[in-house]
Amino acid sequence: MSKDIKITKGLDIKLRGEAEKTTEKAIISNFFTIRPEDFHGVTPKLIAKQGAKVKAGEPLFYDKSDETVKFVSPVSGEIIDIARGEKRRILSIKVQADKEQTYVDYGKFDDNANAEAIKSHLLASGCWPFIKQRPYDIIAKPDKMPKAIFVSGYSTAPLAADLNYTLKGKEAELQAAINALGKLTNGKVHICVGKTGQSPFEGLSGITLHKVSGPHPAGNVGTQINKIDPVNKGEVVWTVAAQDLVIIGELLLTGKFNAERIVALVGSSVKKPRYFVTKIGSEVATMVYDNGVDKDGNDRIISGNVLSGKQVKPDGSLDYYSNTITVIPEGDDYELFGWNKPVFNKISTSRALTFSWMSPNKKYELDTNTNGEHRAFVMTGSYEEVFPLDMYPLQMLKACMYQDLDEMEVLGMYEVAPEDFALTEFVCVSKQPHQAIIRKGLDLMIKEIGL
Amino acid sequence: MGLKSSLHNLKEKYKGTKMAPAFNAIHTFLYTPNDTTHGGTHIKAADDLKRTMNTVIMALIPCLIFGMFNAGYQHHYALGEIGKASGFFDPVFWSWNNLTIGLWKVLPLVVVSYGVGLAIEFLFAVIKKHEVEEGYLVTGMLVPLIVPIDTPLWMLAVAVAFGVVIGKEVFGGTGMNILNPALTIRAFLFFAYPTWMSGDKVWVHGAVERSNEIAGGANLDAISGETILGSLAQGHQSAYSLSEMFFGMIPGSVGETSTVLILLGGLFLIFTKIGSWRIMLSSVIGALVMGLIFNSVVSSGWITESSKFYTLMSTEFWHHLLLGGFAFGIVFMATDPVTASQTNKGKWIYGFFVGFISIMIRVFNPAYPEGVMLAILLMNVFAPTIDHFVVQGNIKKRKKRLKVKAA
Repeated sequence: MSKDIKITKGLDIKLRGEAEKTTEKAIISNFFTIRPEDFHGVTPKLIAKQGAKVKAGEPLFYDKSDETVKFVSPVSGEIIDIARGEKRRILSIKVQADKEQTYVDYGKFDDNANAEAIKSHLLASGCWPFIKQRPYDIIAKPDKMPKAIFVSGYSTAPLAADLNYTLKGKEAELQAAINALGKLTNGKVHICVGKTGQSPFEGLSGITLHKVSGPHPAGNVGTQINKIDPVNKGEVVWTVAAQDLVIIGELLLTGKFNAERIVALVGSSVKKPRYFVTKIGSEVATMVYDNGVDKDGNDRIISGNVLSGKQVKPDGSLDYYSNTITVIPEGDDYELFGWNKPVFNKISTSRALTFSWMSPNKKYELDTNTNGEHRAFVMTGSYEEVFPLDMYPLQMLKACMYQDLDEMEVLGMYEVAPEDFALTEFVCVSKQPHQAIIRKGLDLMIKEIGL
Repeated sequence: MGLKSSLHNLKEKYKGTKMAPAFNAIHTFLYTPNDTTHGGTHIKAADDLKRTMNTVIMALIPCLIFGMFNAGYQHHYALGEIGKASGFFDPVFWSWNNLTIGLWKVLPLVVVSYGVGLAIEFLFAVIKKHEVEEGYLVTGMLVPLIVPIDTPLWMLAVAVAFGVVIGKEVFGGTGMNILNPALTIRAFLFFAYPTWMSGDKVWVHGAVERSNEIAGGANLDAISGETILGSLAQGHQSAYSLSEMFFGMIPGSVGETSTVLILLGGLFLIFTKIGSWRIMLSSVIGALVMGLIFNSVVSSGWITESSKFYTLMSTEFWHHLLLGGFAFGIVFMATDPVTASQTNKGKWIYGFFVGFISIMIRVFNPAYPEGVMLAILLMNVFAPTIDHFVVQGNIKKRKKRLKVKAA
């Protein structure tokens, strides 16, 4: 049974620098970097040594708490650097790519295989980390049976890559991935697509399709879970990003771990924003600087979207889960009387001499300035306007801050991920770090309550 | 450029020192800081707490200016030097003479309120090593508007010190307090110096002085400066017309008298989404309901005219909205987001009871017929409880969902 979802609470943040719908091949990156910090809660144990030769799809490390969860190299080449931080924590693993790519052959996958076989196949081939779970927003625990699997085929985040465009022509891969994942749950595979536009998901079988409309965060999988089949205590749902289904599907069809992905290069600092074909872990410099970002400019490069992406250095790389690179100006400058003068060039949900309400369709060029200082929570009611989940955001944040596990549990902490609090963080007049607060709260629950 | 970079250098110099919060507090009034986002969202909306507080102050400014003119007008009128103003725009009211008295009497109240309050805020910020938060900007403007014009400055200073320290800083500062700080300051004044806060002598500048002179044997007419509520509570009829009450040419605390300007301020706060329309609306509803109940008690003949509650009870229910500090209280004090209910449903309940109890206290407490202060303070105390039950509703829904699953 499909169910249409209409979101009314939320906020579409319209920014300049939307990607034009043309795709080109990115310059092939010489180096590929995998950063264990992309996988929250994973303690990496190295398999490959420095100087070793690896093929694409060959394991680099595994998760200390679950040896079956393997993380593989996106390309074939030589491991040239393993950077370590405090207490010898592994920061990154850098692979120098071969000119000729070679792949580990995991073999074509039998469609009739049972759940156990699918699971071990995905675990061994490095596709497992694409599957995340709620509660806690971490890589799914393979030994748990999810009550449902959710995929959002609709992105509403500011300047996000249009999935209808990037997934076009990938129907076969998507179907293969869905067939396999569908066997891992005794519930449904829920796919949400936008109400308008032609989604490649629409013709697929074995799914429950939902049409979503409304402002951001309508496209967030957390919003969709809350509206379709919310997570109760003791239940688990899995989520997979739509673009990662393609990698899973290709592995099942061809036996190759092909880390290729279409990425949108967006943001007001990009002269010609558009799409690129590239691979997980490739250097952002291969896309960013040759395409209109000023090399000496004072810009911030973000792997992901402006709300929950990660800041990367100019020599940084595309992270494991992102299909967007955003470049926006840094805002490290003072503004004279910024707190009381009328504001025309920034977005606001209030009308306190802020005028973005007068032109709802205007596209803005926002920088990274916080527009004010960090303060205690004072205002109330503003988060609820942009928070469509059926729970109390302010109370939840406070419960996380005073670390009341019982209260966090009953308020709905099992259902949320940090990204669900990105909009409340954006509108917060007290400039509180909502996503970090929620992440800390979730980590505390993992530690105290356990998985 | 010169000022910006030299201030930046100073900021860097003070960084990490004890005086950093004090310097930053002043610096950020000139320049929004150069802080950028780290982790979390990379962009932020335009509003900060300063802008929010500033919006409330803008809504208060008309009341302040009107209060200054009214201070002079009441003074000169009571002395018999001028006639009654005939309308809102009557030049008798908006005269330079009136304003001079207003400036002379009201500005010192503002200066003392801000001076003492901010000094304490700065002190606590330096001691506790946090930034100076903006909460006092609004409190400091509210305080002079809700006290009688002749309040001695030393009294105000003591009350502000008490209100800021006991009402706010002991709880951890802005955002943590349970009671509205401005009302805590007023309540302190009221209970510590009742003769200066109620009665028929304090609301018009010069009235106290005059009665002292008379007591000293001078042959002068006494100035009566009774508020309308005061005279109603005594069983007298009001000497003022409805339009005077609506426009605000009546005795009362400095900024509370002009219902029309408060209404405009309230609409401005609702429009800018800074003030909660839920609280304002439900307070009005609560007050009207209580007023109607009292009216029907009178009309069904349950009390006689000899009752000391009769005059206030028989006051037309909607007149209560124009009387006393009710309008000012619900627009500017009940809506304080920190001490009000924080959930949207809770705001309806909280607001309703603020209005309901205001009128109840007003009628049943003839010695002090202004109920809105105590009603708001009382509901401040209950606000967390209201929120608790509202949130429990959400929690129950979640538990029920789990049970349905399990069954």
